[in-house]
Amino acid sequence: MYDFAYHKPTSVADAVKILSADPDARPISGGQTLLPALKHRLNKPTSVVDLSGIAELKGIKRNGDTLVIGALAKHVEVSNSPEVKAAIPALAMMAGTIGDTQVRNRGTIGGSVANNDPAADYPSAVLGLGATVVTDKRRIAADDFFQGMFTTALEPGELLVAIEFPIPEKAGYAKMRNPASRYVMAGVFVAKTTSGVRVVVNGAGPGVFRQAEMEKALSASWSEAAVAGIKQSADGLNGDIHGSAEYRAHLVTVMAKRAVAAAG
Amino acid sequence: MDVVTPFEGIGASVRRKEDLRFLSGRGQYTDDINRPNQTYAYILRSPHAHARIAGIDFAAARSMPGVVAIFTGADMPDLGGIPCGWQIHNKDGSPMAEPMHPVLAVGKVRFVGDAVAVVIAESRTQAKDAAEAINVDYDVLPAVAGVEAAIAPGAPNVHDDVPGNVCYDWHIGDSAVNATAFAGASKVIEFDLVNNRLVPNAMEPRAAIGDFDRTTDEYTLFTTSQNPHVIRLLMGAFVLHLPEHKLRVVAPDVGGGFGSKIFHYAEEAIVTWAAGKVCRPVKWTADRTESFLTDAHGRDHVTKARLALDANGKFLALHVQTLANMGAYLSTFATSVPTYLYATLLSGVYTTPTVYAEVKAVFTNTVPVDAYRGAGRPEATFLLERLVDVAARETGIDRVEIRRRNFIPADAFPYQTPVALQYDSGDYKATLDMGLEAAGWAEFEQRRAEAKARGKLRGIGISTYVEACGIAPSAVVGSLGARAGLYEVGTIRVHPTGSVTVLTGTHSHGQGHETTLAQLVTDRLGVPLAQVDIVHGDTAKIPFGMGTYGSRSLAVGGSAMVKAMDKIVMKARKIAAHLMEASVEDVEFDRGTFRVAGTDKTKSWGEIALTAYVPHNYPIEELEPGLDETAFYDPKNFTYPGGCHICEVEIEPETGQVTVVNFTAVDDVGRVINPMIVEGQVQGGVCQGIGQALLESAIYDENGQLLSASFMDYQMPRAEDLPPVSVATHTTLCTHNPLGVKGCGEVGAIGSPPAVINAVVDALKEYGVRHIEMPATPAKIWNIINAGHKLAAE
Repeated sequence: MYDFAYHKPTSVADAVKILSADPDARPISGGQTLLPALKHRLNKPTSVVDLSGIAELKGIKRNGDTLVIGALAKHVEVSNSPEVKAAIPALAMMAGTIGDTQVRNRGTIGGSVANNDPAADYPSAVLGLGATVVTDKRRIAADDFFQGMFTTALEPGELLVAIEFPIPEKAGYAKMRNPASRYVMAGVFVAKTTSGVRVVVNGAGPGVFRQAEMEKALSASWSEAAVAGIKQSADGLNGDIHGSAEYRAHLVTVMAKRAVAAAG
Repeated sequence: MDVVTPFEGIGASVRRKEDLRFLSGRGQYTDDINRPNQTYAYILRSPHAHARIAGIDFAAARSMPGVVAIFTGADMPDLGGIPCGWQIHNKDGSPMAEPMHPVLAVGKVRFVGDAVAVVIAESRTQAKDAAEAINVDYDVLPAVAGVEAAIAPGAPNVHDDVPGNVCYDWHIGDSAVNATAFAGASKVIEFDLVNNRLVPNAMEPRAAIGDFDRTTDEYTLFTTSQNPHVIRLLMGAFVLHLPEHKLRVVAPDVGGGFGSKIFHYAEEAIVTWAAGKVCRPVKWTADRTESFLTDAHGRDHVTKARLALDANGKFLALHVQTLANMGAYLSTFATSVPTYLYATLLSGVYTTPTVYAEVKAVFTNTVPVDAYRGAGRPEATFLLERLVDVAARETGIDRVEIRRRNFIPADAFPYQTPVALQYDSGDYKATLDMGLEAAGWAEFEQRRAEAKARGKLRGIGISTYVEACGIAPSAVVGSLGARAGLYEVGTIRVHPTGSVTVLTGTHSHGQGHETTLAQLVTDRLGVPLAQVDIVHGDTAKIPFGMGTYGSRSLAVGGSAMVKAMDKIVMKARKIAAHLMEASVEDVEFDRGTFRVAGTDKTKSWGEIALTAYVPHNYPIEELEPGLDETAFYDPKNFTYPGGCHICEVEIEPETGQVTVVNFTAVDDVGRVINPMIVEGQVQGGVCQGIGQALLESAIYDENGQLLSASFMDYQMPRAEDLPPVSVATHTTLCTHNPLGVKGCGEVGAIGSPPAVINAVVDALKEYGVRHIEMPATPAKIWNIINAGHKLAAE
């Protein structure tokens, strides 16, 4: 770890002020990605802005047909939240399967979504539910937010404040874990919402993406059988020592079936 | 009133004496030790698998804050290379190639992680900062990582003085007899397989602290070692040229070794030497990345085998050709692993009359490979037990039946194998029968059908194995090229009030010696367990010792203690005879009480101990005061634990995910001292075996970069990957050591991998698969299932 300055602002405005003034400052919430990178000297920020003292980033609440989750909500909080369990049980279930107990006790939804690790869980739910990412400056639709591996629509100095999830009619999530890292090897989030069916693939490719053919099939018939015959193309998917792109493509179909089954 | 004391001797599952220390975080590991005025070393390592060092510029680094010194290989012209402890000879009798392994790279780097320079600074961070400012000019060379590529024509030479990269081309057995047997066979099974390369991953990374006292010229090395005396010998005599009396090596609490902490590593020499140069203590602690890149790896064999059978399924001959990866340099015992710890076990538990094995050890641009839990014996067992299953399938003989037909019968011991070893005892049929019963083998097909109804593919696999441990008779290993004796040393120090301190040359790094070895004393001398302490791991305290590996601590170290206790009891009986005015021959000793035979005249252990140190009424003309004896024990043979492992798996066809649902181990480890500790050792070994079979793999790319260099990519077994392991023992006593013990530390890792893969292959039998290389990952299994579906569709 290299030396850095440490800030602990108590308001979003103060945090954004520091982050905007210094392009090499980094916000930290749960630190589950940034801290290992710092320890390995893979990241050399001038300063680290600890968000944990900002009350406005906290909390989970339901506003009519929308579930609003503050950026600082820890995975364990989302997993245990009665509001989340009642409104979007698939999201609570997902949060309960992220990493391990230690990760869930530290990691936050805002950190995960802003980081947009292709093998992370949450981006699939954000995109799959057609959520809105709220920042200190604007509101960004999920379809515009995720822009490929570790890349999002967030601008330098812009801070993710909350995520607004429209409450779906039903939703489900299934994943195969990478045997070593236990990140997502291939996962599928399915949701039936007022604005249509969404099917999102995570883990398998360089970023989360919607599976149009499966969306169409599930719109016509919400059933496992509807997706069972749809083959995901392996083109552009990840292949590595843990599995080929073809294997991941195959898993997409398997996980889609399971996600539909989980959604009920 | 009788005082009821709990039985704490041989056979008692007493709780481990060391656990309060470990479980409450009070262990004292090397990194917990800090010396006054200590500095910190950071080792700059090669990012390239193979490169010439055109220059090293550390002028800028030298002036950075906190930097005390920077050294490179050029600063060490007088130091010897890191030695190899075992010389193997080629088929033609010539000695193996033994290229120089410099402490810090000289001229060339040969693997990713090779040590190039050491920065010594006031803090770890300052040392690391300075290391980043060192500019090494590398001319990158083509690299080679796999054994087959390394011996291919035109492959880059890892060492300029070893063209072709072959360290040795060795064989054992009679090739002519072997060929004749094959000529007369009714069936020959040909089978190729790989034994996957593993990263040991002890929980505690390696660490070392060098210290130098300029007033006495004495060096001290604190290190994460399984054998401090061996390190003192190798480093002192061969590398630093320091005499033993000026070099103390301390291996305090060590958090797991699994073999990887047997070897003398360059970092130990670096910190010791550098401490003398800077006249301050120098501390180095590996981070986890360094553990992956620089701890000696395990296994890594590529093998072709042929098994000849007669019409009745009796094995007639076995021919094995193995390429063994040595990595870039010869680690301490690397050369012995694929030869005398591997090929000598290729007879297995079978009466195969002739075995001929040829082993080529090959240099590659990878980290050195050396002993890892089981060391050679898991490789032999995996080959044999897979081969026997393939033979069963291809002859149509049931896989249990083919084993029974070929077992060495229980009445055939001592049994001389065609590959040098003489097994002293065993009963393979008994452990097999127990295993089959415990695993519910006969009812398996019902479970398979039930699983199929749930959409799962269920399979069962068996492995019947023998291994050789308790190493080793010094004369035998010496004749085979070992450059050390492999006896063990024990001192029994009885204190004036009767409590006992044992000094043992073995080393405990998780095995529970402080309990098991103390139980030997309790059992023999009748001293309560709480009054027995086991001291190990310090060359300044222990007379000598060869350390702990090869499941030798009890069989060899425990036997040395028994010999020393025999001397103690003999002397104590003389003292008792004097006090009771009886002849020595009439004094009996049984667990703490000396008695004149046939009388009620007794003396207690405490009275005798006190008399030995307060010799007011004492046979001073005949006996020296004191009660303190040392014994060296050199074993007469290896010990031969064996047994039967049965694994049951379920495969989810859609994903290829394998779940181990049952695991049964029935092992003959000789006499059991502490059943609870044996169970733990077997379970731990089985977990590592399941890890090798299903999860773990050290993968280098063709350029010599380690792709699985962190836990993000190297799959360590987690609790959720592991089944409950049912452990039972069946004892035949070792016939040549005084305790009848064989050793239990490695059986789990040796017996289990083929049982797991045999189960996986069995589960996939409808897909026509003959073999699956380890680890049987979901992706690999799915490929097989997917290819099978394609076959069916065609």
